[in-house]
Amino acid sequence: MSKRRVVVTGLGVVSPVGIGVQSSWANLVAGKSGITNITKFDASAFSSQIAGEVKGFDVSQYLPAKEARRMDIFIQYGMAAAIEAVKDSGIVVTEENAERIGVSIGSGIGGLQLIEDTDATYKESGPRKISPFFIPGTIINMISGNLSIMYGFKGPNVAIVTACTTGTHSIGDAARMIEYGDADMMVAGGAEAPITQLAVGGFAAARALSTRNDDPATASRPWDADRDGFVIGEGAGVMVLEEYESAKKRGAKIYAELVGYGMSADAYHMTAPNMDGPRRSMRNALNNAGLNVDQVQFVNAHGTSTPLGDANETSAIKAAFGDHAKKLVVNSTKSMTGHLLGGAGGLESVFTVLSIHNQLSPPTINIFNQDPECDLDFCANEARDMKIDVGVKNNFGFGGTNGTLIFRRI
Amino acid sequence: MSDIEQRVKKIVSEQLGANEADVKNESSFVDDLGADSLDTVELVMALEEEFDCEIPDEEAEKITTVQQAIDYVNANLK
Repeated sequence: MSKRRVVVTGLGVVSPVGIGVQSSWANLVAGKSGITNITKFDASAFSSQIAGEVKGFDVSQYLPAKEARRMDIFIQYGMAAAIEAVKDSGIVVTEENAERIGVSIGSGIGGLQLIEDTDATYKESGPRKISPFFIPGTIINMISGNLSIMYGFKGPNVAIVTACTTGTHSIGDAARMIEYGDADMMVAGGAEAPITQLAVGGFAAARALSTRNDDPATASRPWDADRDGFVIGEGAGVMVLEEYESAKKRGAKIYAELVGYGMSADAYHMTAPNMDGPRRSMRNALNNAGLNVDQVQFVNAHGTSTPLGDANETSAIKAAFGDHAKKLVVNSTKSMTGHLLGGAGGLESVFTVLSIHNQLSPPTINIFNQDPECDLDFCANEARDMKIDVGVKNNFGFGGTNGTLIFRRI
Repeated sequence: MSDIEQRVKKIVSEQLGANEADVKNESSFVDDLGADSLDTVELVMALEEEFDCEIPDEEAEKITTVQQAIDYVNANLK
């Protein structure tokens, strides 16, 4: 039996640069930063006081108030992005197909804000004041769970947790489920809402965050010589994956084909990056896709704006692609969105697909003085029309877990 | 409508996401207003909050309609 092909037929976004695919993409192409001072809590005591916050999110457009208030905001973001993606795909759930549609939307951390709030309530008023909805409101698989309940999706229902590679693995594994025959359609992606006191404090303690508090819009500056850490972000990116024949049969709009998926572990350090893990992740994805390096034009990089990570990914791309690396256009949309952690792979996979669909690389903004050690074409500061037959998406996470997806124009 | 009755109905309507017009004295939380077991636990917590009291679990289990909630509050409030 030949491998079942998997295509992308729906997209959804809740991000620091916009809510909805259209406005987010327009802002990315225009090079607009979504980074501002933190408004969600008083961050004045924190070393990093900036973030990519989602602005103007109105959950009542997606969910009844009664349901929404029982969900941590990461679930609300994931639901909103998934609802947009499902709508975009035009899927109609019937008795015949319900068991063939699944969900794979993960998160790196889950409902931390609600955990912090409930802990405060508990400390003040005791255990009787803990809500019965505390657990289902915070655990990571509740985007997948709630979405299946909302639409009646009775296929595979999972939520992967692999730090900043969560969204990438969620999409890659979902595609495998379609290839293998467990499902014909999967709603897949990642969500995160980590702009909380403990998450910002924790990443700041690890010295991972930018402290460019006086100039939020230029703080996320991948591959710039003066980059000083990542900027934390929130939101969700979700796509509908579908078996190719099924999509063709119903006349669905097809954005791209998902042709390759690779994974690897660094087996090196909890938080520090390592060149060989990402290199192998990209090689594994290329092998899975059956593509030569010279067939790839575009990479949406992990590109977090950390001093070590950006140099490491540059080396890994060069090791994986050899001489062809210099011909690639490598972009980091994190320069505008900040780093959505478990949501990053979801959001950036949507952006990779949109880059192929629109034949355009968004800019990597804030490259004022490119680090000589990072010597690839990063599409600095201006979007570029370009031919993209094949686009690669990388994400790497704490624990040394790596994921790469490869999308192809169809 | 008494003040307590009004406050109980408002809480029931907010907690269960029901229109205030649908919240009648005889309404059953589960049968008429679509509550599940977690909803009823949360509803009792909201009543405790509103009326600054503690409703023991064995009493809470007996409160299944709007009228029973009103009666409980009337009987137990200082």
